[in-house]
Amino acid sequence: MRICIIGCGAIGSLFGAHLGRLDNVEVWAYDPYQAHVDAINANGLRLTGKSDFVAKLNARSDAAEIPPCEFGIIAAKTLHTRSAMEATAHLFTDGAVCSVQNGVGNEEIIAEYVPRVITGTTFPAGHITAPGVCNQDTGGSTWIGPFAPKPASMDEVTRLAEACQRADLDVIALEDARGAQWTKLIFNSASNAMGALTRLPHGVACDQSGVRAVMSELAKEGVAVADALGIELDGDPDEMIDHGREVAYNHKPSMLQDVEAERPTEIDALNAGIAEIGRKVGVPCPLNEAVAGMIKGLEHSWTLES
Amino acid sequence: MQNISKVCVVGAGAIGSLFIGHLGTLVETTVLTRRETHARDLIKKGLRVSGKSQITAKIHASTDPAQLGDADLIILATKATAVAASAATLRGHFPNAKLLLVQNGLGCEETVHQHGDWPLISGVTFMSGVKHSDTHVEYELDTPTWIGPWAEHGAPFDFVKEVAALINRSGLKAEAYEDLLPHQWSKLIFNSAVNSIGAITNLPHIKSFAEQDQLSDLGHLVFAMMAEGKHIAEARGVVIAGDPWKMNVQAVSHGQSGGDEYGHVTSMLDDVRNRRPTEVDWITGSIVREAQKAGVSAPYHETLYRLVKAHETSWQREPNQ
Repeated sequence: MRICIIGCGAIGSLFGAHLGRLDNVEVWAYDPYQAHVDAINANGLRLTGKSDFVAKLNARSDAAEIPPCEFGIIAAKTLHTRSAMEATAHLFTDGAVCSVQNGVGNEEIIAEYVPRVITGTTFPAGHITAPGVCNQDTGGSTWIGPFAPKPASMDEVTRLAEACQRADLDVIALEDARGAQWTKLIFNSASNAMGALTRLPHGVACDQSGVRAVMSELAKEGVAVADALGIELDGDPDEMIDHGREVAYNHKPSMLQDVEAERPTEIDALNAGIAEIGRKVGVPCPLNEAVAGMIKGLEHSWTLES
Repeated sequence: MQNISKVCVVGAGAIGSLFIGHLGTLVETTVLTRRETHARDLIKKGLRVSGKSQITAKIHASTDPAQLGDADLIILATKATAVAASAATLRGHFPNAKLLLVQNGLGCEETVHQHGDWPLISGVTFMSGVKHSDTHVEYELDTPTWIGPWAEHGAPFDFVKEVAALINRSGLKAEAYEDLLPHQWSKLIFNSAVNSIGAITNLPHIKSFAEQDQLSDLGHLVFAMMAEGKHIAEARGVVIAGDPWKMNVQAVSHGQSGGDEYGHVTSMLDDVRNRRPTEVDWITGSIVREAQKAGVSAPYHETLYRLVKAHETSWQREPNQ
């Protein structure tokens, strides 16, 4: 089996390194960050933290040097989904690409480029500490399933999940993975947005007067949109917010990390994504729209001369 | 008409300094400051106004109200966050004075009233200045200050009109209204949306605040928040004087010779950038409280109020905590 990781940041590195330890799987990684690519090719990809090992991978910043693959696992930031697929589509003329990215809207873009698509939702988190080195911060499960308009076969989905399981990644194949996707989406829309707007870590934000209630209101809108789509959530996003406060009190959600670094955020795939789908299905999402407007405003502020 | 012969200004920030400099040319003007050095510099150098006016006024200043004697009019010009402390300092002094407040938002009258029996005049000011030093302020926007008797324990309207006349003679602009609430609310609703959204997004008041094309354009939120504010005013029985949304559109669409993205840095954004406590409790927070009194919901104001309060916490925390 030949797999290409598309976007070898923290999540891509976690998948790539684990799969890279398998004998019967050949792992390639595409990433534009040349120093990272060079370090992986020279010394292997090292995981630290919750995992501690080095795996051999073939990394490339030029996708033309990568052979055709059976599977792609795309872990690029949602902002880069299109450019990443433009660069790598030729690897999957007869392959399936699985998104393990945040939010909604990625699969639709991927489907424009490849014949078969897999929806995925992943919970492990980490961060790159040096070129070729990724610290795994948390573990957790991943749920994958066929993406409806251009689905991979259930047989393909299962084979990918089994390969991941052999590599010690808890990946579960489902006929309908949208419940998992929307549960995490709604959780993220509350925790990421409020963390980014208050500039506070998740648990600290939860403990500010009135802020936790706003998170619940945001989540309620998302749940109403999921209901209208006929998606059965596999968990209660509101409980996840409380659980996150327990286990990751000082964790800075990725959107807060983006804001602190003045990088474009994934707002289009999160609150703006929910609000846009809400409009299409006739479910008003005033708070998600408000939050999307403010995050966009914040991004705009970095472009102004001070 | 010349009943006001002595004025004391409390708080010499930009707005306070504009009053001091202008009124100091007409009537005996004293200044109550917080810092000794500030009082000493004002006595030594006077107060210079540049920009739209060119004045240097001779004044008396002190950190001790007992040193300033009585006055006919006190102008309380500190930030809303400092009103309680200033009013406590004034307690027991200025027995014959009437007191004009020019803070942003609502609620400062009640605070002052707890510290003394002075008849109060509410004010809403649109003028602006840049304080270059303790003894030099630049007069920037020469828009008027609206004043009117406080409903619960107000100065007589005739006196209010005299105050307005005095301010106008001094070179500043003032308009007296028997019922100021409609005007206070117009500016409050405007300020609440523009200040709190600006504080959270780090944006000066630029044209994005009036844009409503895309789903995520900021103008939608500004519009919705102002509509909510108008609804709350109505529920409180106030017919607002001017449309805050029109004020918003107007404010971002003129005076932009510096390019599309020029915009006024609102006071709340300035506070956030300098990591000072903001006036959100008196501005956005006051609308939240008014909504509670009226028994109507205020999701936008509640959200923005909570966001700004939580944001204030972020810079009180240790780094890497």
